[in-house]
Amino acid sequence: MPSLDDLKKRIKSVKSTQKITKAMKMVAAAKLRKAQESAEKGRPYSQKMQNIILNLTKSINDPQNAPKLLVGTGEDKKYLCVVLTADRGLCGGFNSNICKLAKTNFKKILGEGKELNIITVGSKGHDQIKREYGKYVIKKFSFKDKKDISFNEADEVGKEIISLFNQNKFDKCIIFYNNFKNVITQIPQAQQIIPAETKNLKEGNDQNFSYEFEPEEDEILEDLLPKNISTQVFKALLENAASEQGSRMTAMDNATRNAGDLVDKLTIDYNRSRQASITKELIEIISGAESL
Amino acid sequence: MSDKFTVEIISPDQTVLKQETKEVIIPSFEGQMGILNNHIPLITFLRPGIITIKAEGEKKYYVEEGTVEFSNNNLLILTSTVRDLANFDKSSINELLQKAEANLNTESTDKDRYVASYKIETLREISE
Repeated sequence: MPSLDDLKKRIKSVKSTQKITKAMKMVAAAKLRKAQESAEKGRPYSQKMQNIILNLTKSINDPQNAPKLLVGTGEDKKYLCVVLTADRGLCGGFNSNICKLAKTNFKKILGEGKELNIITVGSKGHDQIKREYGKYVIKKFSFKDKKDISFNEADEVGKEIISLFNQNKFDKCIIFYNNFKNVITQIPQAQQIIPAETKNLKEGNDQNFSYEFEPEEDEILEDLLPKNISTQVFKALLENAASEQGSRMTAMDNATRNAGDLVDKLTIDYNRSRQASITKELIEIISGAESL
Repeated sequence: MSDKFTVEIISPDQTVLKQETKEVIIPSFEGQMGILNNHIPLITFLRPGIITIKAEGEKKYYVEEGTVEFSNNNLLILTSTVRDLANFDKSSINELLQKAEANLNTESTDKDRYVASYKIETLREISE
């Protein structure tokens, strides 16, 4: 049985933890609104970009000569995985969920005897992945000191991916991130960006325009495809930022509630043992008096 | 039939503009291009220049690059470098201009030089 003093200290420390988690929850809630807004505002751009690419793809008659970024190298040996995570912890399962999904994929890729390269964005993901897959990590990005995510950061990652592709370092590129569905649900996702995945876009888009291209379509594709890579990375970063705050908010809300429960329980324990010691003292006095 | 069509300018972080218009002039990569309604479906990309949107009044935007799609009387401009000329202040224009001039000589390909020269020209034009 802990002493009264110990219990008192415990209660105090749990209470101050509760204060911290509560404050973090408030901060996350405020940031969430902003992040969610920018994630939603960013969606049209990446969607429309995908649409244009799809329309362009349809009009390509000669897939043999199409840009490699679009149709892939035709091989399936080397993989590049880009894992996007947060730079800060204390956000529930946010980082672990992405890493878990990524690791399952790594295992599969390695199990099939294929070559694996990893780029990590965000320091938390890097920490989790380097333990097991450290030797595959070829580059890590961290935007810790950036307050807001802008297109420039995404472009940096996008350019790195493209330069690796041009050096023939990989055939397929997959990015991992959390898709922001709502405040309590974030879905970890694996999206293949090279070669561009067009199969889920084909439904419901049967209009066939014969477009006029100015200049030629391969020139447009050459300009557009690298941009699309950065755009997809940017979209993932935005979704991630919103998911991180959402996830942190829920986690901190739970933590605050748990701390409250714990304080209640400890207070009962404290009162009980205080009462016990009072009773004990009384019994001692009474039995002392009786024996006289 | 109305002679209007919709124009949308979208940047990665927001929808900059969505409105009805009669005519839009875009700095397409191979030259200025005017677009009226019922234009045939078109995909092109931009060089640095000024987008002019003619509706009730005129609206002008500075862009450095972008992708344009026109279909179903809907003009879509995707660009990550769009600035409204109405609140594009002198000092940032000059800053961009200086950077562009410094870069002009280091551009290696003809295409890059072509883009850079248009950038300088446009910036000079609007700084006057």
